[in-house]
Amino acid sequence: MTRGAHLTGRARLPRRQRRANGALGLLAWLCGIAFFLPVAWMVLTSFHTENDAATNPPSVAAPLTLHGYREFFGAGGSGVSPWPPLINSLTASVVSTLLVLVLAVPAAYALSIRPVRKWSDVMFFFLSTKMLPLVAGLLPVYLVAQNTRMLDSIWLLVILYTSMNLPIAVWMMRSFLAEVPVEILEAASIDGAGLTTTLARIVAPVAMPGIAATALISFIFSWNELLFARVLTGIVAGTAPVFLTGLVTSQGLFLAKVCAAATVISLPVLIAGFAAQDKLVQGLSLGAVK
Amino acid sequence: MRTRATDRTSRARDWARRAPLLPALVFLIAVTQLPFVATVVISFTRWNALAPDHRGFAAFDNYLAVFTDPALRASVGTTVLLTATVVLVSLLLGLGLALLLDRGFRGRGVVRTMLITPFLVVPVASALIWKHALYNASYGLLDGSLTWLWRLFGSDHPPQPDWMTNSPLTAVELSLIWQWTPFMMLILLAGLQSRPADAVEAARMDGASPFDIFRYLTLPHLRRYLELAALLGTVYIVQNFDAVFTITSGGLGTANLPYTIYQTFYQAHDYGRASAQGVVVVLCSLLVATFALRTVSSLLREEITR
Repeated sequence: MTRGAHLTGRARLPRRQRRANGALGLLAWLCGIAFFLPVAWMVLTSFHTENDAATNPPSVAAPLTLHGYREFFGAGGSGVSPWPPLINSLTASVVSTLLVLVLAVPAAYALSIRPVRKWSDVMFFFLSTKMLPLVAGLLPVYLVAQNTRMLDSIWLLVILYTSMNLPIAVWMMRSFLAEVPVEILEAASIDGAGLTTTLARIVAPVAMPGIAATALISFIFSWNELLFARVLTGIVAGTAPVFLTGLVTSQGLFLAKVCAAATVISLPVLIAGFAAQDKLVQGLSLGAVK
Repeated sequence: MRTRATDRTSRARDWARRAPLLPALVFLIAVTQLPFVATVVISFTRWNALAPDHRGFAAFDNYLAVFTDPALRASVGTTVLLTATVVLVSLLLGLGLALLLDRGFRGRGVVRTMLITPFLVVPVASALIWKHALYNASYGLLDGSLTWLWRLFGSDHPPQPDWMTNSPLTAVELSLIWQWTPFMMLILLAGLQSRPADAVEAARMDGASPFDIFRYLTLPHLRRYLELAALLGTVYIVQNFDAVFTITSGGLGTANLPYTIYQTFYQAHDYGRASAQGVVVVLCSLLVATFALRTVSSLLREEITR
């Protein structure tokens, strides 16, 4: 019935408007393709040989090969293994994300479900730390690290990434926890449910998707970070982005290898981002936009 | 006596409420606020790691150097120009794309996913791709496409501009606009979709043109989303380091403030001056941050009253 109404409604649209709709849809497709093109080019080039990667005009239909990936993973015998930096990035991102959750979830609880007095002031304090450029605190951190022998240690990055993502996570988590209906909480406490039961049975199911989204966004920001990693790490604790910047050599062709590296290193973020797609806006806007 | 006892229990209850908050708060103060205090202190010292014997109290010398240094003044201009251009262009593009995506058409989900992808490529990786695979003057895709197009029309002398040398700042800006347009689009699209549908329908019934609907209904509704997207974008893009570092290494007038501070500290080892630069940058960002916080707080207050 509704479907039929919809169809007649559509048929009643004047032809000019229908044509305009089609044109706008086409325009949207063209814009989508244009924005996607550099990524598609990166992936395509990563499967070309070095010679095919660096031609003018571009060789779009060149045969595909895994050469770039073999070069990147060190099988070509030419390079340093990318595994230590990849593992460093993974450690820094995963551990700092876990720390962020451990700190942010209770904090968000104390800011939404059982709010402390002046909770919004606390929220704005958290946010204001995010507004200050990281680079301003870099030097003291460097000096402290130098004196405590923490330079070139992945744990230093873990601490810094935790502080970098904590404000965002608190804001996100608060907006997710604020969605827990107060009436149900009250009903539960009247029925004599303890704190643990309330958390496990009522808060957790509502908050779980939010916790997952917070974790994914925190992971993405840590994985992407370059400045701290570049200044504070060296051979031992260098992360994937630092490794990537060191991959470009002044001699020889390297484009396919760099594209392969860029693809491999972007893959975790792409997966995390697409997984969090629904909650991405809410996270990026600190929970202000739903 | 009794009041003191209730005082004590109420205070205990207050602390029980605060307890879950404290670890996060203490951690954040220790890791982000203390270093900044140290930065302020160091900014008043004469301290170059290459000349350790000359260390001492410098009063305002570093600040004087900061404000009289033409390179730093240039980098302030670059930062403002870079940030303003990237934020405005990506906001406009993001608005256009959000409006396109707000309508139903075949394959909308696919287009949305394609549009988000630039934001999900690791920033260093995307900067490298723009530099080597797109801008490169001998085999980049941009000049390569020009060659291909010109050959299509039978010419063997296609223009082959060297994008990064001719317009280095634009090259950096373009890659950042590509990266940040999806961010703006996502926020504005969420704004569009929270627009009350019945008002639009009523206006259409009353014979309002699509432009009138956009001008008098959509735009006012979107205003705060536009503000929020612009301010958050500003906060992130002011701090940009990856693109400037990777694409031009701060050369040819593209050094923004974060890159300049990085250089003063990491290459010139002038700790005192780098700290003074850091303090100046923080004071400038506080200006932007105040506006950003006010916008966010108005959205938050709306949520509370709802």
